[in-house]
Amino acid sequence: MDMNVKKKLGLKEKYALMTRSLGWETSYEPMDAVFPQTRYEGIRIHDWDKWEDPFRLTMDAYWKYQAEKERKLYAIVDAYAQNNGHLGVTDARYINALKIFLSAVPSLEYNAHRGFARLGRELPGVGPQIACQMQAIDEIRHAQTQIHSLSNYNRFYNGFHDWKHMNDRLWYLSVPKSFFEDACTCGPFEFIIAIGFSFEYVLTNLVFVPFISGAAYNGDMGAMTFGFSAQSDEARHMTLGLEVIKFMLEQDPANLPIIQAWIDKWVWRGVRLLSIVAMLMDYMLPKRIMSWKEAWEVYFEENGMALFKDLARYGIKVPDCVELIKKEKDHLSHQAWNAFYTAGKMTNFHTWLPTEEEMDWLSSKYPDTFDRLYRPRFEHYREMEKQGKRFYNTTLPMLCQVCQIPMLFTEADDPTQISYRQVTHQGDKYHFCSDHCQHIFEREPDKYVEAWLPAHQIWQGNCFAEGADPGAPDFDPLKSVLDYWHLVYGRDNLDFEGSEDQKNFAAWRAQATRN
Amino acid sequence: MSKVFIALQANEDSRCIVDAIVADNPEATVNLQPAMVKIDMPGRLVIRRTSIEERLGRDFDLQEVQVHLISLSGHVDETEDELTLSWDR
Repeated sequence: MDMNVKKKLGLKEKYALMTRSLGWETSYEPMDAVFPQTRYEGIRIHDWDKWEDPFRLTMDAYWKYQAEKERKLYAIVDAYAQNNGHLGVTDARYINALKIFLSAVPSLEYNAHRGFARLGRELPGVGPQIACQMQAIDEIRHAQTQIHSLSNYNRFYNGFHDWKHMNDRLWYLSVPKSFFEDACTCGPFEFIIAIGFSFEYVLTNLVFVPFISGAAYNGDMGAMTFGFSAQSDEARHMTLGLEVIKFMLEQDPANLPIIQAWIDKWVWRGVRLLSIVAMLMDYMLPKRIMSWKEAWEVYFEENGMALFKDLARYGIKVPDCVELIKKEKDHLSHQAWNAFYTAGKMTNFHTWLPTEEEMDWLSSKYPDTFDRLYRPRFEHYREMEKQGKRFYNTTLPMLCQVCQIPMLFTEADDPTQISYRQVTHQGDKYHFCSDHCQHIFEREPDKYVEAWLPAHQIWQGNCFAEGADPGAPDFDPLKSVLDYWHLVYGRDNLDFEGSEDQKNFAAWRAQATRN
Repeated sequence: MSKVFIALQANEDSRCIVDAIVADNPEATVNLQPAMVKIDMPGRLVIRRTSIEERLGRDFDLQEVQVHLISLSGHVDETEDELTLSWDR
């Protein structure tokens, strides 16, 4: 009897059979009618078959490896929960970094899921369809695992008990929310350049690599595992982002100016979004691996610039905003922490002043700016605290119409001057934190006039507790806005020192070491 | 020349993967960070299936790297035998 040993398919052969061969030309309906969203942005694609997925991942392999990742993840998440892993973190201040991360990021992941699911449907090529479908499933996995992980912290610590409600309302969370909603309301090609290329390739390393490694360094196995599990998909997403841009640029030279404008816009939008990560790394990790500036130099200046050098062959230029970013890297985290410290009545996390030792670390990492500009400010606040006059901002900040960040950034060459731009559009004034946000607005004013800016909405009376009467003599606007956000004054906000979190952590940690 | 890099979670499997990468790419720099390993290499980095199999003592599908991967840079080219990261093309 002849035994035919079945030859195992090679990777390229298998990829061809299990992706390309799954597509077909529609006959009942014209292809243009089946894929109606691919023309209005002006991108020209002549041959979708030129698309190459470098990982050549097929669905069968995808499920196999994703299942393995999930098993590893949940084994660690369970072990972490069963072993009261949260008590192993360096210092309960650290939990506040997680409050920000887990209040902001799951909805970004979910919106990324929506965006890629749409692309999986709308892009005509079968290669990108499959890659986008995989990414859509990855992103919803990230949202789910982060929400699961969140429950291991919010049962013990205050402030992120109702993250989804806050995500739609709380002032600073409108920054990440509006970033992704801006991307999701773009055409499919802009979305993939915005998220697949500018965000995933150029910037996500800065969110997930040094910060999550920092979580591990601070004893947080829970955040380490969901962070790295998500990031293991990210490498594939980055490769997709790079493939997308090469493919679009190679298809038609007319695509270049359109893509360049999107890169200019989305690199800047992403960098503004990361301001908060800068602050998490420099101010909120009790033990720090590297400063924000160092992470920026490795992952943006070294890695990102290698990418732009490579794309120069197509005529892609480094975005103009990079010049400004270079100057801002010495200031960003300090200005952001200053803003949150002074807004500490309106946050869902606790704030504090850096200790002497932490300030020495900051001055060693930021020798040109920290001692000169920021240490004196923190020392002044410390003096005020000692006198029982802890400084809180009692007014609402002006927000940038595009990035929605309060006007906290300074002029590139004058750190004593707030950077402030304004434009009049159809009789109304709009405000911006920078030239780059202003230019983004000027290209698409009709889109950005629709922005839901939390500070403006509060002034308009749209963010008070249900049934509140702002005209009543004893009306407390701050209290009412906190009610609207589902935050409790004195429990979820204010200083870490003296907080319920601080007391509970100390008591529970003591219980862990004796009867 | 621009550097490429690969970052892996620090675990039992990736210890062998890192050893294999270092053996096959003598100019690579290994940077240990909490819970992760970042390997930098000027220009081009090659990961060979057989080198990993020798160290793991079992068959290894290069796509398994995805389970341990944190990040990478450069253009990716993957076959059954090699995963290559490079900026030259």
